[in-house]
Amino acid sequence: MTKFQKKLWIGLLIMALLTPLGIFLPEKFKSGDAWGEWGTDKLKEFLGYVPEGLEKLADFWKAPVPDYNFGGESAAFSTQVISYIISGVIGIAVAVMVIYLITKFLVKHEK
Amino acid sequence: MHIPDGYLSPQTFVPLYVASFVFWAVALKKLKKELSAKYIPYLAMAAAFSFLIMMFNVPIPGGTTGHAVGAGIIAILLGPWAAVLAISVVLIIQAVVFGDGGITAIGANCFNMAVVMPFVSYWVFKLVKGAANSGVRFYAAAFLAGYIGLSFSAILTGFEFGIQPMIASTPDGKPLYAPYPLSIAVPAMAIEHMLVFGIVEGIITASILKYFVKNESELVYATKEV
Repeated sequence: MTKFQKKLWIGLLIMALLTPLGIFLPEKFKSGDAWGEWGTDKLKEFLGYVPEGLEKLADFWKAPVPDYNFGGESAAFSTQVISYIISGVIGIAVAVMVIYLITKFLVKHEK
Repeated sequence: MHIPDGYLSPQTFVPLYVASFVFWAVALKKLKKELSAKYIPYLAMAAAFSFLIMMFNVPIPGGTTGHAVGAGIIAILLGPWAAVLAISVVLIIQAVVFGDGGITAIGANCFNMAVVMPFVSYWVFKLVKGAANSGVRFYAAAFLAGYIGLSFSAILTGFEFGIQPMIASTPDGKPLYAPYPLSIAVPAMAIEHMLVFGIVEGIITASILKYFVKNESELVYATKEV
């Protein structure tokens, strides 16, 4: 690894530690979900009903760590913060592994 | 901008899966031909960066949240096809592991953020910068690449939401999937991304490019290719 790459990795790790800003700030400014990413309960509140097809597909997949949160919806804020950082680290670890796996098949020789 | 399961009808998400598959196949073929081994660590870091930057939800006070994607800077540094691969990998992990974006919507989300966005950003960058490889015009081109790339991708997402009531409704006119028409979905997605999140994406694109030009300028893909 070159010195420059090492620096970039340190930058990325610092970024991972700072990710909780991405939940702190929306909480502080009372910002809700991203547009079009509401759960069925929110839609019911907005529309008075949940669109039929949407309701059927909404629970298509049970993600192992929904919303980057290990503690479930009612988890304490501190749990959410720690979950968020761990999720970031898991996310980059998996992404890096997948990229190395794919490129292993792509690039056969040093060019 | 991560469309969840249920918001898109099968008539929309199936074709978008097909479209993304085509781009993945071409991306792998292109990268097999031209990706040199020294780019691999950067490709891995690009994916890590994109994953993390999407976790930084930027709030609109009292309103919604949104985030940058990193597609602009990745396309400029590593090329648009490398960006297709890096960001698709990230979006698939987000959907499968973290439930961020639907499984049925992986094709759509990848098409919007991992295909359309890097290419729009890349073309904007090349077009605006012209022959400049430094200076104000060069970094303005980078800002606009990120800004227009994200905004365009958001409008496309709004369009996909907005056509759902036309495609699939119950006999009494209730929408079956995403409930808001084009006249609401497109402006909602366009305005928040053009006023807030696009600016964040633009600043990130220009500042990271500046850092790379200073430290590792021979790496930058977009200044090599004629």
